[in-house]
Amino acid sequence: MTLAFTLSDRCPPSFMIDENGKCQLVSLYQRYSAPEGFGGLRKPLPEARDGFSPQEIDLGRYLFFDPLLGGDKKTSCAHCHHPDYGYADGRGTAMGFGGSGVGAKRRDGAELERGAPTLWNVAFLRRLFWDWRATSLEEQAQGPLFAAAEMGNTPAQLEADINANGTYRRLFTQAYGLAHDEKIGTALIIQALVAFEASLVSLNSRYDHYAHGDHNALSEQEQIGHNIFRSFVTRCSQCHTPPLFTNVELAVIGAPEPPGKNFDLGADPIFPDMKLRGAFKVPTLRNISRTAPYMHSGSLERLQDVVEFYNDKRGHAAPEEQNLIIHWHITNPNLRKEEETALIAFLNSLEDETAAPVVPNAVPSGLGVVSVEADAGLKN
Amino acid sequence: MRKRIFALVVALSALISSTCVFSATQSKVITVREGASIQAAVKLANPGDTIEVYPGLYKETVYIDKNDITIRGVVVAGEWPVMDGEDTLNDGILVAGHGVTVDRFFIRRFKGNGIMTQGANNYKIINNIVEGDSVYGIFPQFSNNGLVADNVIWNVHDAAIYLGMCENADVVRNDTFGSVMGIEIENSKNILVENNTAHDNSSGIQVTLLQGLPVKTASNTIVRRNFISNNNVPNFAPRGSAAAGTPAGTGIVIFAADDTVVEGNIITGNDSAAIVMVDHDSSPNVRDPEMDPTPDNAKIYDNVYWNNGTKPLGAAKDVLEQAGLKEGFEVMLVTKSKGSCIANPSSVRVFGADQFTACPDGATSAGITTMQLSEPIAENLEQTEYNGRFAYKAICAGCHIYEGRMVGPPMRVIQALYMDRPEAMAQWIANPTHKRDDYPEMPPQNYLSEEDRLAIANYILNDLGKSRQLRQSRE
Repeated sequence: MTLAFTLSDRCPPSFMIDENGKCQLVSLYQRYSAPEGFGGLRKPLPEARDGFSPQEIDLGRYLFFDPLLGGDKKTSCAHCHHPDYGYADGRGTAMGFGGSGVGAKRRDGAELERGAPTLWNVAFLRRLFWDWRATSLEEQAQGPLFAAAEMGNTPAQLEADINANGTYRRLFTQAYGLAHDEKIGTALIIQALVAFEASLVSLNSRYDHYAHGDHNALSEQEQIGHNIFRSFVTRCSQCHTPPLFTNVELAVIGAPEPPGKNFDLGADPIFPDMKLRGAFKVPTLRNISRTAPYMHSGSLERLQDVVEFYNDKRGHAAPEEQNLIIHWHITNPNLRKEEETALIAFLNSLEDETAAPVVPNAVPSGLGVVSVEADAGLKN
Repeated sequence: MRKRIFALVVALSALISSTCVFSATQSKVITVREGASIQAAVKLANPGDTIEVYPGLYKETVYIDKNDITIRGVVVAGEWPVMDGEDTLNDGILVAGHGVTVDRFFIRRFKGNGIMTQGANNYKIINNIVEGDSVYGIFPQFSNNGLVADNVIWNVHDAAIYLGMCENADVVRNDTFGSVMGIEIENSKNILVENNTAHDNSSGIQVTLLQGLPVKTASNTIVRRNFISNNNVPNFAPRGSAAAGTPAGTGIVIFAADDTVVEGNIITGNDSAAIVMVDHDSSPNVRDPEMDPTPDNAKIYDNVYWNNGTKPLGAAKDVLEQAGLKEGFEVMLVTKSKGSCIANPSSVRVFGADQFTACPDGATSAGITTMQLSEPIAENLEQTEYNGRFAYKAICAGCHIYEGRMVGPPMRVIQALYMDRPEAMAQWIANPTHKRDDYPEMPPQNYLSEEDRLAIANYILNDLGKSRQLRQSRE
């Protein structure tokens, strides 16, 4: 048992090892020719972050689930990006530092202003956070790690803890070929985390089977819902553009805040010269069935509530005194009840967690791994 | 040796399947008459087939997600097949398959669009009549290499014809009127807009770079030999919509798009101006930090202008009043522009004239006769030699590993089961049956082509796990 923790030499599902020993993303979408990027059924994907080694992806997996990364030694990345909740947190607004448990039962931690977004397909995003403030996964990772209310760590403490842990020293050496006395720095720790996050790929849902040509992969009702989704009556697909189901842009939609919560300026403070008051990142709808509640602060409980929000009068939930410039694609679709139901059925067809990583039973720190209720991945 | 056998198997199977393909996909004509469903015919159709729709009333949304389908109305003694949305159905015809032709339908009263393509290359939308009340009449989006020709469209709340984020298309010989805009080319590249009429709209033809969209440039649209007249209808787009801000009384608007050529048009009776060039600051939408906000390198060659700018409206009027002017202009440049030129500048009344140079004598776009590509865009990139491995990793590896249990059984077991029988495996994965009580049923993989399934089977049987075995035998 001296080598209880080993790093895999195989790429995760959806990746193929190249001649340099790096994992390259493979998806049927990559076989389609131009035009690149967005819209329609059979289109190539935008560029993804890949090219990490199997070892650093696997090392990132241990780090991701290890509460050693939290300043409180309780909060791991997985507490707010949890396999049971589609790698989001199952809460309206996230709860960070000092908390216990996951999902709705998480308690006693610092309250945050916004919800934790899903990590599925983050490899494709060129802007991160609800307000777009980070331009890379590396920059994003520093946010929660070192924010007092989130994981509440410091770079110095993080480096001290990791370097003091013999198992991590051995694993980092295996993944990165460290010299004998070489210190593991924050940048390297984050690189491994990024490698793991970028391996969370979901592109194999029943919708995808339909897109690739199995015309029976979606039910009649789901096909009707698909037509509603891409119609110019709803315009869902104009911002939640396939194949990623996001156009990776900001949008002002005037989503409500939960009762008692103040109006959130969104991206406005980040881009002060722009008319972005109340703008938020357009989130992916991949695995949307797994990531309730919805919107930046979780004010809408169910997909039904989301559809009703969009189907009601244009911009109805936006506080009038904020003078928001509501996105032009927010309209008055006037969907009938059965159309709402079909649309939700279609959204559910986007579920695919076949490439979910194995949740480790134990992590090198020896601290407890966040509990996993559902069989979201395989235990090793 | 094994490799050579493998190559032989692949070659043989390719031969067999291509023979089958030939006989199985002899293209057929499916006929639809009144009372039947057009969509039911689409479901029966295979690539290469034509669906002929006879005159009558059809109240349905038709969606075509298959490739190479032609759907054609048959007009009999002046009677057309009519698709009627009755202002309750969402869209007339939705196309997401490549190589689809939509020909000769009368489409009216849909809430969304009359005809829309999404990510559909090699499209043709020809000879259709579209009567609102839709948002767009004909709307190719994210679609490359297409033709929009000989259509008549009116009473649309945004643009009668709208190309969004498209490349390489010809928009020719269409008649657009009674809409907020006749034709709009948005965030697109290499588009020819020629021989159309745009009359009695709020605005005639627009070439735009809209903010907040994933395609960040708009360039190289030619607007040539169109008749653009009397576009003075008060803007009737719904409040808050993208079209609501469009200035009425304008013949041609260039909004932040680059490299636009305007040549040989007859532009008459547009109250605000014949041609207006504006930038992102003129719009209520956000500035997009990833876009260049100004319209550069416009080439305004010879056009015939008559009776434009006589009664400037709205934004044009405001600009003129701020400059202490009452009279309108033929060309208004209400922005900064780099590299733009105008032919025979002394013959044209221009606001912002100091920003234009004179185009070289005799300069013309006449050498460009089409923007369509000479060859259709292929759906797939060229097949790679490790096709089977690629598809295995992209699909199968989500549920199977070589040794050990995942969602499905270990591939080592499957390998033994199908040894030397790749065809049987390829067949089974298209229509799997539940074989093992301790595992869930495998979903069918019949969206994969026969070639792909056989390549996967050959990879599994011949290559999977081999490097591991080799390593173990060395150890």
